[in-house]
Amino acid sequence: MEFDLLIINGHLIDPGFGFSKKADIGIAGGKIARIFEEGQLNKDEIKKYLGDRVIDAAGAVVATGFLDLHVHFREPGREDKETIMTGSRAAAAGGFTSVCCMPNTQPAIDNQETAKFVTSLAEKGYCRVYCIGAITKNRAGQELSEIGDLVKAGVVAISDDGDYVQNPEVMRRALEYARMFDIPVISHAEDIFLAAGGLMNESFQSTRLGMTGRPAVAEEIAIIRDIKLAGLTGSRLHIAHVSTAGGVEAIRRGKAEGVRVTAEATPHHFTLTDDLIAARFDTNLRVNPPLRTEADRQAVIAGLVDGTIDCIATDHAPHTDEEKDVEFDQAPPGMIGLETCLGLAITELVDKGYLTLLDVIRKLSTNPAAIVGLPCNGLSVGETADLVIFDPEAEWTVRREGFFSKSKNSPFIGRKLKGKVLATIMNGRVTHRAEV
Amino acid sequence: MGLSTRHLLQLEGAPREDLNLILDTAESFREILDRPIKKVPPLRGKTVVNLFYEPSTRTRISFELAEKRLSADTISFSAATSSVKKGETLKDTVRNIEAMRIDMVVVRHGSAGVPYYLTQCLDANIVNAGDGTHEHPTQGLLDIFTIRRKYKKIAGLRVLLVGDIKHSRVARSNIWGLKTLGASVAVCGPTTLLPYEVERFGVDVYTDIEKAMEGVDVVNILRIQLERQQAGLFPSQREYTNLFGISSERLARLNPNYTIMHPGPMNRGVEITNEVADGPSSVILEQVTNGQAVRMAVLFLLGGADKRETELAKTE
Repeated sequence: MEFDLLIINGHLIDPGFGFSKKADIGIAGGKIARIFEEGQLNKDEIKKYLGDRVIDAAGAVVATGFLDLHVHFREPGREDKETIMTGSRAAAAGGFTSVCCMPNTQPAIDNQETAKFVTSLAEKGYCRVYCIGAITKNRAGQELSEIGDLVKAGVVAISDDGDYVQNPEVMRRALEYARMFDIPVISHAEDIFLAAGGLMNESFQSTRLGMTGRPAVAEEIAIIRDIKLAGLTGSRLHIAHVSTAGGVEAIRRGKAEGVRVTAEATPHHFTLTDDLIAARFDTNLRVNPPLRTEADRQAVIAGLVDGTIDCIATDHAPHTDEEKDVEFDQAPPGMIGLETCLGLAITELVDKGYLTLLDVIRKLSTNPAAIVGLPCNGLSVGETADLVIFDPEAEWTVRREGFFSKSKNSPFIGRKLKGKVLATIMNGRVTHRAEV
Repeated sequence: MGLSTRHLLQLEGAPREDLNLILDTAESFREILDRPIKKVPPLRGKTVVNLFYEPSTRTRISFELAEKRLSADTISFSAATSSVKKGETLKDTVRNIEAMRIDMVVVRHGSAGVPYYLTQCLDANIVNAGDGTHEHPTQGLLDIFTIRRKYKKIAGLRVLLVGDIKHSRVARSNIWGLKTLGASVAVCGPTTLLPYEVERFGVDVYTDIEKAMEGVDVVNILRIQLERQQAGLFPSQREYTNLFGISSERLARLNPNYTIMHPGPMNRGVEITNEVADGPSSVILEQVTNGQAVRMAVLFLLGGADKRETELAKTE
């Protein structure tokens, strides 16, 4: 049998079945065509593929390609920050084979045409790009978008991300309506009034710097309300970027009560805390929800450990240098995250003993896929060849020049991480290959 | 021996030696202010730019005079007449100004951290003249200087700050500086104007003005801004005055030889009565004079003393 690509000497970890073994993979026609148990593939066979068609994954893990539920690719509208092409290239560099784009583009993804436009642009991109539609028209929090139309155009969830649907009646109707299509409603849970004008977490750090704070309760109240509404309507609710101890606890209770609620946490919220801002007023540390206290960070990790938080999502939010090289309060909130995600997950969660590598892979593949109802292939013959190959032991330093994203707004530049993506394969095609 | 820093960004983390050096140096300049000729040459040939992105009368005039009295060339800039309105970034504005070969920048800006940001954009010495509600280090220093001149010490004194602690850069600079020099500090104000976990500054926190005044040497009364009432932080000016206004009847619990301070501008009849503001224990105008001396000391030590190899001031 002739393969398009061979991956040899890798250590396969399948997040679905949970198996872990050394094997070689032959890929053909975008699918996993054959799996050779250790020693089955002879050296002469490999020689036929030398060059571009063989990837030696010795010492590395081969796993299901990652899916990010939460990215901002800025197209249409702000192509100066990111485009579908540059964003998907960054995704591939981070080991992602699929992403879900938030609808806060200009115009917003609140109609079929924009959704189709985004997905059509992605056809030549470096990963699968799915759209999340807006809950309300123009994300204004007032009238429902044509959600049925959006679903027909392929959106996998709805969200007004960036803003909370402040009116509880509108949120109730959105949840009820979305239930017809069995898609989750993703909530950016921060009460607009309590968080108004806030530049950072409300804590002694905001007191010290004299900055207006966004209190933890702004998130907690918003999450609790939405869980109550999800309970009332029987709909699926997904909480984006949980950042507070109280928020994690509310989700834990909601799950225990049988509410259909899921949640994600970002690498920055399980890695960074608000006391870092005072050192350099680094505008890359301005993000919503804000970086919180060490106790919150620990609670987010505990939520990842006990399954309260189902998945890791990056909230990849590109902004230009021009926008970020300003006074702290003038900088737009957000940071890029696709290319540092795996390294941070391994460095902060696996290396410190909170999660196993298998846990992290699940939180980056099967778990988010289940939330938005996307197929997530395992490592079996016949499955789509969406794969990531990474060295969990390799150490590297995040460099500004190393980013594929069009924007460089990362507070992790200069940080040493463990866990490096060596190659990403989407539909049998190599979408990223690390420089050796 | 000089300062450990080439910028004055904040009093948080400022070493005791630096504070004492500024205060001691200010004593010499304070003496010059009582002479018929108040001009000395140490900043001759230096150019100082006063960048004021927020309206200010007293602080700007105080800095300008301090610079002129040190023989510096000065230029002042306020946001209303600058290219800011044309959409130029702060970084471009300051780099353009620096390209005209200036030596020091005194900056007042509405957003916390701007003085630090300027240290990253410019080679000039940066003096913070108030950044957002973060710090106002020269005001903190002049308040401390005024107290020290009267009591000949700071350590062991009890200082009470009254009013809108949450939105006060003056309060923050006072607290850090006073604590470093060994004073005991209390704050008192409506709970809505006390910032989150304010006690973590290492201060005693009161909402009852009578109790707060017990055994206090210095009362520093902060300005209450009327916008705060409109933002719903207290119900009315009348109620604020009833609960926190400083009138002579309220001074009874203070230590004898007490001192009344106010960074200005005052809302007479709101946070302070005329009787208190103009009374024998008030040093409010003395503060203004001392502000000159302290600012001269800061500018002299940062820009006029011999060139030193020093590191940037950092928070940590």
